[in-house]
Amino acid sequence: MSQPDFSHDGIRTARGTAFRYLFMLCALLSILTTVAIILTLLLDAVDFFAQVSLVDFLTGTRWSPTNEPIAFGVLPLISGTLVITIGSAMVALPIGLLTAIYLSEYASDRQRAYLKPALEVLAGVPTVVYGYFALVYVTPAIDAILPVDLSTFNALSASIMVGIMIIPMVSSISEDAMSAVPDSLRQASYGLGATKFTVSTSVVVPAALSGIFSSFILALSRAIGETMIVAIAAGQTPRMIDLTDPAGMFLDSIQPMTSAMVQIGTGDIVGQGPAYKSLFAVGLTLFVITFVMNLISELVASRYREVYR
Amino acid sequence: MAADTGETPADGFGRVSRTKDVAFRLLALAATLIGIVSLAALLLNVAVDAVGWLDWQFLTNPPHPDPYEAGFLPALVGSIAIMLMIALVTFPLGVGAAVYLEEYADDGYLTRFIQLNIANLAGVPSVVYGLLGLGLFVGLFNIGYGTVLAAAFTIALLILPIVIISAQEAIRAVPDSQRQASYGMGATKWQTIRNVVLPRAMPGIMTGTILALGRAIGETAPLIMIAAPTTVFGLPNSFFSKVSAMPLQIYNWASYPQTEFQYGVVAAGVVTLLVVLLTINSIAIVIRNRYQQRT
Repeated sequence: MSQPDFSHDGIRTARGTAFRYLFMLCALLSILTTVAIILTLLLDAVDFFAQVSLVDFLTGTRWSPTNEPIAFGVLPLISGTLVITIGSAMVALPIGLLTAIYLSEYASDRQRAYLKPALEVLAGVPTVVYGYFALVYVTPAIDAILPVDLSTFNALSASIMVGIMIIPMVSSISEDAMSAVPDSLRQASYGLGATKFTVSTSVVVPAALSGIFSSFILALSRAIGETMIVAIAAGQTPRMIDLTDPAGMFLDSIQPMTSAMVQIGTGDIVGQGPAYKSLFAVGLTLFVITFVMNLISELVASRYREVYR
Repeated sequence: MAADTGETPADGFGRVSRTKDVAFRLLALAATLIGIVSLAALLLNVAVDAVGWLDWQFLTNPPHPDPYEAGFLPALVGSIAIMLMIALVTFPLGVGAAVYLEEYADDGYLTRFIQLNIANLAGVPSVVYGLLGLGLFVGLFNIGYGTVLAAAFTIALLILPIVIISAQEAIRAVPDSQRQASYGMGATKWQTIRNVVLPRAMPGIMTGTILALGRAIGETAPLIMIAAPTTVFGLPNSFFSKVSAMPLQIYNWASYPQTEFQYGVVAAGVVTLLVVLLTINSIAIVIRNRYQQRT
C-alpha cells in the first residue's frame, strides 16, 4: 500500500471503543445462532432418544410416529430424501454444468447480461410456489404425455421442480470457477488446433473441476434441505428404496425427512411424547447431513481459490 | 478472463466448423434456456388461471371455505407485518456485524471462524431454523406459538447471514483512499465509519437487505415449525397476535381438493405473492441503479 495507514493510530475515544464492542456483539451473534441451533436440536433430540433407542432410530426401516404400531426408523425418510436428491441431481447437475459452460465459454457479454439475472430468478421463486406448480401443472402434464401410472403425489415432479430451483446454484458457482481458469490454458489448446468444444470439455472443465464439484455438493445440500416442494408434491408415504425397481420410486408417493417434519409440525401432536420430539431427532439428522456437505463444499472451494490466485 | 475469448483471434479456431462443435454449442444454449423457459411457461399458466379470481374481493376478504368468498387479506397483511419486523431486526444487526468484520476485525483465527460460520449458516435448511425458533422463541422466551414476533425473529435469523454477506460486499467496495482521507483530517475510526464508509456503502447495503427480505417473504417451512396457523381470519393487531402469511395460506389452500381452489383461489394467491415479491425486488434494483449512476 502506497498510502500511510492511519486506521490503527486513529484517536481512541470511549465512544469509539463502545461502538467497536457493539459491532463485535453483532458479529458474535452469528456464532450464538449456530450454538443455539445445535443446542435446541440436541436437547430435544436427547429427550427423544431417552424414549426411543438411537439404534432403532438409525437402523429402523419403518416410520410411523402416530399410527399403531408406532415405529421411529429414520431410514425410510432418508430413502425419500435420497430419491428426491438423485432425481433433482439428474436434472440440475447436467443442465447447470452445461449452462455454466455456455455462460463462461460461448455467451457474449450482452447475452450474459440477460441470462444471468434470468437464471437467478429460478432460485428466487418461493418454494411453496414451485410445490404448487409441481402438484397442479407438472404432474398432470407428465401424466398426459408419458404412458406411466403416476400418483397424484409423486417424487418425479417434485424432483424436477427441486432440480430447476437449484440450477442457478450449480451454474453460478461453476461459472465462477471456469472464469477463474487462466486464459493462457485456453490459448494453448486453441494453438494446437482444438475446437471450442474440445477446449471447453477437455481444458476448462477439468481445470475448474474443484469449483464444479463444490457447486454440486452445495446444490445437493440445498435439495436435501428443500421442504415445501416435497411437502406439497411428493406425498406423505415413508417407504424404503426398492432396489429391484428404483425408477418406480419416482412414480409413487414418498416422504423425505423435511416432509415428515412438516407433517408433524402441522399435526395436532404436542407435548413431550416421542412423536413430537422425533421432529428434533429428524431435524438434527438433516442438520448434520447438510452441515457436513456445506463444510466439504466450502473446503473444496477454498482449495481451488488458492490454485489460481 | 473467459469473458475475453469472444474477441480474441483464437476464437477463429474455436469456430472451426465441426458438427460436434455446433451441436455442443446448441446443447449448452438449450440447457441454459430450459429452466427459464419452463418457469416462464408455468408462470403463464398460473397467470391465466388467476384471471377472474384475483380481484378486489379476493384481496380484501378473509379466507372462507367457499372458493368464491375466499380472500387473502389477513395473509397479505400478516406477511407485510412480519416483513417490516424482520427489516427492523436484521438491518442494524446485519450492518453492525458487517462493519465489525470489514472495518475492525483483524484477519485472525476468530474472524475467519466467524466468516466460515456465517457462510455455513446461509446453507442451513430453513426448516431447521423453524426448529430453532420453536425451541428458542416459542419455548425458552415464551413469545407464543405462531405470533408476529416469533415469526419475525425466526425468519430474521434465517436471512441474517445473507444480509451480513451483502453488507460486507458493499462496505468492501468503498475505496480505501476515502477512509485514509478521513483519518488524515483527524477523524476517529467511528467518525470515519459514520461519515464516510456507511453513507457510501448504504445503497449497496439497502439493496442487499431488500433482496433478503424478498427471500424472507417466501419462507414457509419456518412458519410451519413455529406453529403459525395456516389460516387466520382477523388482521394482526399486536406483536403477539397469531399470524398467517401468504405462502402459508397458499400451502393450506393447495391441499384443498376442489378445482376452484386448485386452479383458481391458489393461483390468485400465487400471483399476489409473486407481485409483492417482484415489487420488493424492483425497489432494490431501482435503488441500486439510481446510486450507481451517481457515483
